[in-house]
Amino acid sequence: MKPDSLKNRTLPVLTILVVIVAVWYVGAYFMNAPFQRDLDRRGNVTSTAMEFVGKTMAQPKPVLPAPHQVAQNLFENTFLRRVTSNRSLVYHAWVTLSSTVAGFTMGTLLGILIAVGIVHVKALDRSLMPWIIASQTIPILAIAPMVIVVLAAVNITGLLPKALISTYLSFFPVAVGMVKGLRSPELIQLDLMRTYNASAAQTFWKLRVPASIPFLFTSMKVAIAASLVGAIVGELPTGAVAGIGSKLLAGAYYSQTIDIWAALIAGSVLAALLVTIVGIVARIVDRSMGGRPA
Amino acid sequence: MRRLKRNWQPLLAGLLTALAAARLPLTLPDAPAPIEGGMTIALIILAAALNVVLTLGDRGHAMRAGVLFVGAHIPAAMLLSRLDGNEGQMSASFFLMIAASWLLAWGTVSELAQIEPRSSTARSFLRLLIPAIFGIWILILWEAVTRGAGIPFILLPPPSAIGARIAGSVSVLWADVQQTIFKAVLFGYVVGCASGFAVAILADRFAFLRRGLIPIGNMVSALPIIGVAPIMVMWFGFDWQSKAAVVIIMTFFPMLVNTVAGLGVAGAMERDLMRSYASDYWQTLIKLRLPAAMPFIFNALKINSTLALIGAIVAEFFGTPIVGMGFRISTEIGRMNVDMVWAEIAVAALIGSVFYGVVALVERATTFWHPSNRGG
Repeated sequence: MKPDSLKNRTLPVLTILVVIVAVWYVGAYFMNAPFQRDLDRRGNVTSTAMEFVGKTMAQPKPVLPAPHQVAQNLFENTFLRRVTSNRSLVYHAWVTLSSTVAGFTMGTLLGILIAVGIVHVKALDRSLMPWIIASQTIPILAIAPMVIVVLAAVNITGLLPKALISTYLSFFPVAVGMVKGLRSPELIQLDLMRTYNASAAQTFWKLRVPASIPFLFTSMKVAIAASLVGAIVGELPTGAVAGIGSKLLAGAYYSQTIDIWAALIAGSVLAALLVTIVGIVARIVDRSMGGRPA
Repeated sequence: MRRLKRNWQPLLAGLLTALAAARLPLTLPDAPAPIEGGMTIALIILAAALNVVLTLGDRGHAMRAGVLFVGAHIPAAMLLSRLDGNEGQMSASFFLMIAASWLLAWGTVSELAQIEPRSSTARSFLRLLIPAIFGIWILILWEAVTRGAGIPFILLPPPSAIGARIAGSVSVLWADVQQTIFKAVLFGYVVGCASGFAVAILADRFAFLRRGLIPIGNMVSALPIIGVAPIMVMWFGFDWQSKAAVVIIMTFFPMLVNTVAGLGVAGAMERDLMRSYASDYWQTLIKLRLPAAMPFIFNALKINSTLALIGAIVAEFFGTPIVGMGFRISTEIGRMNVDMVWAEIAVAALIGSVFYGVVALVERATTFWHPSNRGG
């Protein structure tokens, strides 16, 4: 930690966060006030301004729940419930996490495979690359529900369909990043390998692969975030069985706004954790390969 | 060895065709409409393959590619035209021949990839032709496998059925496109990108804001923002406004992060030059730093073009009026009309590609001076 990092990084970030929470509270008051006023008028209750503000922050199904309501719900559903209970967010996060990781693994392997093919076979480079880019202009998330329903119709259910969507979303960043990475060795380095009389396989393993590792990890960070989104959207049409996506959908059906926000925050925490883990692995690999800290 | 390496696709294709010819007819014994002419197709493939291997062995790539092209596509067309009435009743011979013509097409592509034309029109034609052949063969294989092997319609409808469905329901598709694209996506995209850009300029002006916003922005872009869709539907109702709100939120952060990054790329030398001209903050911004940031801004516009489509369609899963692409997809799945769903996907893919293409064209027109666009 640099001495000035408190002033230069932590302070601004904290300030913005405080502003966001403040705006959130004010927003919660204004968005919940009309309904509360209505409620008070019907119940013939007259409350002081302070009481009224308190009530807008304590509705069971608010339009916009106040931050502390969400935090409380999050705390209850994370720490106070048994992890096997289907009201526990840990349980739902686990379901989403397992399909995310399965899809991410398959997507990364597929992406690497495609990249190796593109780098080594010229015909693939010319014919496949434009389609890979075009494949990402297809809003694949939009057909995620269809993939799930269709695979369920032929008795493929459970983890695999969701993982397939994550695979589709995560292969692209890995493929593009790895193509760049495998081509990153410079001409002079390739020439050196040739003067050593290295075979294509040797050049690949001893030069191209090590050179591509930083690219791989950068794109894996993007890919794992995309996998998580894929898994969450994949859970929407499964009839709200389990997972963060189904929690969102159930919340939307029954207007449990606090539940929706809690599930959203749980998903965000999960995303941040996954990206951090990939970052830590990247640093470990980098160090064990003899990379110097920049 | 070099000859073998150059000719392995036609050689393997010839082998497969010989195998297929030995196992004629093309249909299973109890097919409703048995077909003749399998031998003719086999002969065409064999002729093309042998021609390439034996007589054109050392000729140029264009010549070989032409023969392979003809040898791949005429048999493929003949094979596909014989599918009518024989769905799910094709024999191994049929699939061997499809595989053989696919190998010839692969040979075509690898020959074409070797050609280095001098004129730029020929080069750009080739750049379109090679992926086009690849794409067409995905459709051919898709059609042959789904109809030839009788894959259930629900699992994967053949492309011909999807095409027929698109042609048959243009008015429905057009109404959906108007609702989703012209109302929700375009409005959300413009507002989201513009506000992201405006906040980026603010963040650039005030360093404190930048230091606070950028780490948060970076984190938010890894989050599943799509999850706000149900909340937006609750706030803004079922019509397009709620979808536009989702699109705005999704497109805001990529624009913010990219623009701020782009505003940092102008070099110290150029900035010093601007200072020596006594130009103020806004002059430097408009004449130097914004043009330098253009590649980054266009990168964000491209990312957002896909995100906007996804956001609008997924938001429609949470509640819509009875029109819209997301609505159509979710209801037609419920009724197991998979061909309509695929038609909707094809339209979405087409619009996504056009959207992306337009942004890319504008980029090329405005940042023609940038090294990545100068070519060479």
